[in-house]
Amino acid sequence: MTGLVGAVAFVVLAPVVGGLIAGLDRILSARLQARVGPPVLQPFWDVLKLLSKRRALVTVFQEYYAGCFLLFAIVAGAIFFGGGDLLLTVFSLALAGVFLVLGAYAPNSPYSTIGAERELLQMMAYEPMLLIAALGCFMATGSFHVDAIYAHPTALVGRLPGVFLGLLFVLTIKLRKSPFDLSASHHAHQELVRGLTTEFSGPTLALVEVGHWYETVLLLGLVYLFLAALGPWVALAGVVVVYALEVLADNIFARLTWRVTVASAWTVAAILGATNLLAVHYLKQ
Amino acid sequence: MGIMSKSPWILHYDGSSCNGCDIEVLACLTPLYDVERFGIVNTGNPKHADILLITGAVNEQNKEVVTNLYAQMPDPKVVVALGTCATSGGIFRECYNVQGGIDTTIPVDVYVPGCAVRPEAIIEGVVKALGVLELRAAGKAQTHTPTGKVKA
Repeated sequence: MTGLVGAVAFVVLAPVVGGLIAGLDRILSARLQARVGPPVLQPFWDVLKLLSKRRALVTVFQEYYAGCFLLFAIVAGAIFFGGGDLLLTVFSLALAGVFLVLGAYAPNSPYSTIGAERELLQMMAYEPMLLIAALGCFMATGSFHVDAIYAHPTALVGRLPGVFLGLLFVLTIKLRKSPFDLSASHHAHQELVRGLTTEFSGPTLALVEVGHWYETVLLLGLVYLFLAALGPWVALAGVVVVYALEVLADNIFARLTWRVTVASAWTVAAILGATNLLAVHYLKQ
Repeated sequence: MGIMSKSPWILHYDGSSCNGCDIEVLACLTPLYDVERFGIVNTGNPKHADILLITGAVNEQNKEVVTNLYAQMPDPKVVVALGTCATSGGIFRECYNVQGGIDTTIPVDVYVPGCAVRPEAIIEGVVKALGVLELRAAGKAQTHTPTGKVKA
């Protein structure tokens, strides 16, 4: 029953929280650049505006795939906040990503295609570390179920410090922050700004934006899970610090190439993630 | 104030400007003017944009580009001609390859003269354009077909 409450709460509240996070993100970024920045509700105005624009599609598949992206981002989060299987969450999230890539490939536009290819490379970069994170949770707590991992008496970050750091590393890719915002950037100072979303417009782009809010809340929930046993306030403070560091990184780094992105994400997954798993495995025996 | 004017996304296109006006457009994004305070974002993508800012005159080479960009923007949309060259052709008006101002190719809603146009004038022009955008979103102002003809 509590699982159902968690899932429904995610479906209803995640867009509100995600939109507010996006608004605070834009203000913090502006302050780091000595600007005032937009109102905190700006992302909501943006999405409402996009919804009121005329529906203009290159191909109907764009709308279909954008809808599937949103749907599976919601499904992934509902499984997670409903206390379900962590592996299923990771796979649903990957499926959402695949639909977004298909949506970007569909219109056959050169910019959109570059964005889609880069998004695939990004997925290739972060997916191993996400799986290692799920596996690490299982090895430390004996369960893949989020409610069991959440209820575990000792903080996961203590037993899985490497996995936690690796997760923070790939979080930068997942949240589309520099230096790993290869496929689409929030800021207009990069060489390909709206690669992935070039051909999405109006209401379809709104679906992608809202899907990204759901994803953000889910990923921050995953960070929270690692700190949960430290108490809600400490864990929440930890999540805030992590997100602030992501915004800082976004503002101080230039974009890296896809080669460096994939190589560094895999190196981190191998050194921090896999080593941590081996340590957990042998210390148990 | 409607939702349209709370989140105006801009596409900036340099027709055949000397870059004077372009630099002033970019100045609007810097800490001194910071137009993101009003939710204004420079998208660089016609499919995301609500307002088309054009600097410089239309010439034989870029008239198709201008028409194409205009056609790619989803309705409702507005066009702002920035600087003397965009409003009338300016000192390039008599050149053999120049057609004239932006309104020789696509319908213009707001004319902002100046050489180079000041950031304050650009912001005022965008605010005036937002008024037109609101009217258009409410169906109270003329809309145009992708090729720039008045829609019945």
